Amino acid sequence: MATVSIRTVRKAFGSTEVLHGVNVEVADGEFVILVGPSGCGKSTLLRMIAGLENISRGEIAIGGRVVNNVPPKERDIAMVFQNYALYPHMTVRDNMAFSLLLAKAPKNVIDEKVGRAADILGLAPYLERFPRQLSGGQRQRVAMGRAIVRDPQVFLFDEPLSNLDAKLRVAMRAEIKDLHQRLKTTTVYVTHDQIEAMTMADKIVVMNSGNVEQFGAPLELYDRPANLFVAGFIGSPAMNFIRGRIEGGAFRSGSVSLPLPATAPASHTGDVVYGIRPEHLRLDPNGVGATVLVTEPTGSETQVIMQLGDAVMHTETRMIGAFRERISHRPGETLHVASDPTLAHLFDVTTGARLS
Amino acid sequence: MDASTWQPSRAQPNWLVRLFDYKPFLIFICLLPACGLLLAFLTYPLGLGIYLAFTDTEIGGNGEWVGLDNFISLMDDRIFLTSVWNTLFYTFTATVLKFGLGLWLALLLNHQIPFKSFLRAIILLPYITPTVLSAIAFWWIYDPQFSIISYVLVDRLHILDHYIDFLGTPWAARWSLIVANVWRGIPFVAITLLAGLQTISPSLYEAALLDGASPWQSFRHITSPLLMPILAIVMTFSVLFTFTDFQLVYAITRGGPINSTHLMATLAFQRGIPGAQLGEGAAIAVAMIPFLIFATFFSYYALGRRKWQQGSDND
Repeated sequence: MATVSIRTVRKAFGSTEVLHGVNVEVADGEFVILVGPSGCGKSTLLRMIAGLENISRGEIAIGGRVVNNVPPKERDIAMVFQNYALYPHMTVRDNMAFSLLLAKAPKNVIDEKVGRAADILGLAPYLERFPRQLSGGQRQRVAMGRAIVRDPQVFLFDEPLSNLDAKLRVAMRAEIKDLHQRLKTTTVYVTHDQIEAMTMADKIVVMNSGNVEQFGAPLELYDRPANLFVAGFIGSPAMNFIRGRIEGGAFRSGSVSLPLPATAPASHTGDVVYGIRPEHLRLDPNGVGATVLVTEPTGSETQVIMQLGDAVMHTETRMIGAFRERISHRPGETLHVASDPTLAHLFDVTTGARLS
Repeated sequence: MDASTWQPSRAQPNWLVRLFDYKPFLIFICLLPACGLLLAFLTYPLGLGIYLAFTDTEIGGNGEWVGLDNFISLMDDRIFLTSVWNTLFYTFTATVLKFGLGLWLALLLNHQIPFKSFLRAIILLPYITPTVLSAIAFWWIYDPQFSIISYVLVDRLHILDHYIDFLGTPWAARWSLIVANVWRGIPFVAITLLAGLQTISPSLYEAALLDGASPWQSFRHITSPLLMPILAIVMTFSVLFTFTDFQLVYAITRGGPINSTHLMATLAFQRGIPGAQLGEGAAIAVAMIPFLIFATFFSYYALGRRKWQQGSDND
């Protein structure tokens, strides 16, 4: 087990720079998830940790040792690929044993390690099968088994669940988290799915176009997003944003007036963005009137897409609310909602940074 | 009639439409051209050739059925036995060289190298040149007086003191033909193996790299087993084409010197057409069939489809 330090790392392909000075510290035994939209550089960063891409600037250290010029096989890491990268011509056993075989491990050591990994992952009945004869979830487990037998200092996962169907993904999510809790190996995991990030990580790195937007624990990101990007990326359904101004101790946008968060600066001039999560809106007869556009009952809650304020058609006042109550309002009817000011967020319009 | 009441008309189909909708008839009609062509241009000549091998037909005369006589006399025919040995040697050596060099070229082209597509186009050149044209070019290269190789070695580099007689002695002629055949055959092998290499997912090499494999180990454990199925097919074709080669040998040496470079195909032609012994020529050609069947079965079963390729593919 080891720490991973990424210090002002830059990556350029030719003249295009895709990572602009990334800093991340992964503590020993931590499960860190790199999350962001496609093309944000998260997979590139992971491949740089693995040694599959060279580092243009800055340095990466694993367990205190700078690995910029260390070849992949000497970095003591194991990686699970998005397409699993199982050797199609080898059985499950041989796939898992391959690295040990190359390291010239004695046969009894190989058998023991492969057996132990197969027990951990429930793969014992499939050891003699070929990858083609396995289901997606089983292949995923073989890929993890291949990483486990090596007993590495760091596990790297590159979007390992994106090839699985939705139900299996939820099951494998829990399985990987459970595995980490048992093995306690430092893990860096890449995904574009913020739910995966929220549910599995000890710490999340939110990345966007080659920069780290925020680095912190999942609930920290949820409760105090550092900027508009993180606020919009973390949470589902996404946070509502309303553009307006601070006037007389309240937030105003057109005819709509909303209470300010307690921490808001009272005297901010210029436009601000008011953010409120759908689940933090509540039904309140004294609240703001909103016209219902669409209701989406999911059973456990009802999501309502609505137009805030009066009939002024203004796209920025369109909001989603997620309510525990069952709502039978029809499209066009009026609903009264209030936002909890302690759970609301304020952002600067131009910089996107959090105000308060 | 407005849009809400309009219905598409359903006319009763006529007998011709119904006939073509009748599946057995449709199958028969669709297969007829292909079967006709196969019968006329493949089955008939092959059958005729096999029949002729059991007769003593000569050009301009009707032969009689002689049973296995042609084959029995070939067993004592030194020129025929030499041609069998030549064919086996020629096929084996040329195939080994073609696959060694072709695989090497394919591996080179599979890497990021400058001018990759240009090189790929260049490599195809020997393959797109008509065989007889390249054979004539080689004939000049091997000429005892005007050979460019001799000229460079003797007059320019002064390594040798006499011109090489490429086609004048049996072994020199055999090796010269093999070099010409390898030159022509490499592009086919290199390009098809390159296609095979490109089907191997790069992430397998990355996984092997992380597993600690050296370049040689990833070639041995990843590339070669995954390339084996396509290699088997390419090798089958290559062996068949080389075994039945005619043009190169006939254009460069015509079987000489003193019949020492005859392949079975050139000897069959030599005996059958210029020699007018159609029956004997056919017998030599028919004698190639068992070798070809053996080669096909060998590469099909020994190198072909592996167990790991079977099973469902639910990627």
